[in-house]
Amino acid sequence: MSSGLKALSLWVGVGLIVCMLAIAAIAYGAVPLTARSVIDAIGGRGDPITIAIVRMLRLPRALLALLVGGGLGMAGAALQGALRNALAEPYLLGVSGGAAVGAVAAVSLGASGPFILPLASFAGAALAIAVALLVARAGGGRSDPRVLLMAGVIVGAFANAAIMVLLSNSPPNAVRNALWWMMGSVADASWLTIGWLTVYVGAGGALLLWFAREIDILSLGEESAAALGVDAARSSRNIFLIAALLSAATVAAAGLIGFVGLVVPHLVRSMGVRRHRALIAGSALVGAGLVVAADLVARLARPPAELPLGAVTALLGVPFFLVQLRRLS
Amino acid sequence: MIAFDRTVIRYPRATVAAVDSVSFGAPRGSVTAVVGPNGSGKSTLVRALLRLTPIAAGRITIDGDDLEQIERRAVAQRIAVVSQREVLVFPLPVWEYVALGRHPHEGPWEASPVRADAGIANALERAGIAELADRSTDDLSGGEWQRVRIARALAQGGEAFVLDEPTTFLDIAHEMAMFELFARLARDGMAVLLVSHQLNLVARFADTMVLLHRGRVAAAGTPADVMRASILEAVYEWPLLITRDPAVGAPALLPLRNRGPRSPSQTS
Repeated sequence: MSSGLKALSLWVGVGLIVCMLAIAAIAYGAVPLTARSVIDAIGGRGDPITIAIVRMLRLPRALLALLVGGGLGMAGAALQGALRNALAEPYLLGVSGGAAVGAVAAVSLGASGPFILPLASFAGAALAIAVALLVARAGGGRSDPRVLLMAGVIVGAFANAAIMVLLSNSPPNAVRNALWWMMGSVADASWLTIGWLTVYVGAGGALLLWFAREIDILSLGEESAAALGVDAARSSRNIFLIAALLSAATVAAAGLIGFVGLVVPHLVRSMGVRRHRALIAGSALVGAGLVVAADLVARLARPPAELPLGAVTALLGVPFFLVQLRRLS
Repeated sequence: MIAFDRTVIRYPRATVAAVDSVSFGAPRGSVTAVVGPNGSGKSTLVRALLRLTPIAAGRITIDGDDLEQIERRAVAQRIAVVSQREVLVFPLPVWEYVALGRHPHEGPWEASPVRADAGIANALERAGIAELADRSTDDLSGGEWQRVRIARALAQGGEAFVLDEPTTFLDIAHEMAMFELFARLARDGMAVLLVSHQLNLVARFADTMVLLHRGRVAAAGTPADVMRASILEAVYEWPLLITRDPAVGAPALLPLRNRGPRSPSQTS
């Protein structure tokens, strides 16, 4: 078999696994369904109650998990390449910290309503990104990805301290709400959220795929990028901004779901994918699968209670990652 | 083709200019070599050519056009540069790495060259590394990695070839093969600009030598003009002897042992 055909069959296989995971996630719940009835209900056929359960509750939840996982996977793949760092991930760059500050501030001020938390967390993340870029600029590392990375880490550390100060002065109920949000969840999925997140992940993903060639070149370092006609400083700043805003949107929709952006690109690389266009697309698929699977496990583990999704992604991702690491070495 | 015209480059917060009013050209069809001690401004010239360091005064031109006025991509289509260092964080198969050299010529959605691409195979062949095509870049020796980087520049093509210390990690045979390749590229009509510490090799292969000292041109001309004991001793601050290469008659340099006062352990 030619290498192209082999790659195609691998990705068709991965795509099928992600589809099956999504169907399993929709089928499982207080009212168990068969795969057949899930597919019928999505198409609007069969029992009206089943249709309502699938279309109003479980399908949005599975779609939200897919979108969040896909967005985080793409953002991680792009950031690792553009910043030339295997440890770069969206949450390391102050995005998660900023989003958390926004959400916690909203909660501790007693604000509520379906839009407040996502808006507040997105505003917090956007502010953190802006501050990280300004800090990097002031640090003089115009084109040094390490400075950008450090600026993100510093902003994140500051945000964590701010969260602790905010929480220590909040009523217990608000603390609990804030903590639950910080652990990540796709339980409150709505079609409205799916709608705007689809636009966001679609546009952000398309932009990252557009820049994928440049990310290949950026990963060679500043001088070689310049030799190949790429302005490393400008290009890495653009990619940082797109990836950070993309992850900020996922955080606004589902809270903090760690580990996906870090580990998924490495998993895809271990499948032999090197160039960033394929890496970003593959990370979208694998990230989507990982978060859907994690949400399923979060619900299956201790019903009717749910485990925090952010913890499950890490619990699932770490052993898988270690196996891959062992295989590589 | 490439010309530095009274170029001045000053690093931020530095009191003296790293490159001070340097003028010389690297024409098509010849090998031009920039030599000089550590810190004399050689690599700064390459960084300025890559537009990583701003020019404080003077200018750099490509066929008479001001470098700053030409789009970066258009420069990369005409000039292939191999910088001094490069470390890959994420390894690639060698052929895929070499294929990245085609980047300046590709549209964003155009398909990348495949493994069997003739241009890639040709670049690998000319750099003498056809057998490394499927190896991973993290499984290469220092010398192999250097030749892989030169292959990427060959795949990039263009009319000028700029190399910063291109043979640092190479053994004698591979170093000679690379210098022969540079001479051949020049004979084929390319402008070859080398930054090198290998004065003796440069003297044999270069048409023009430019000797930099503390950011200024200390001497320039044919190897015979530049390879003079009086000039080189003053610049390198070390005693040396100029002889003739017995094979080709090119000037050759022989650094001498320090004839200063002997230490007590040597006298016993």
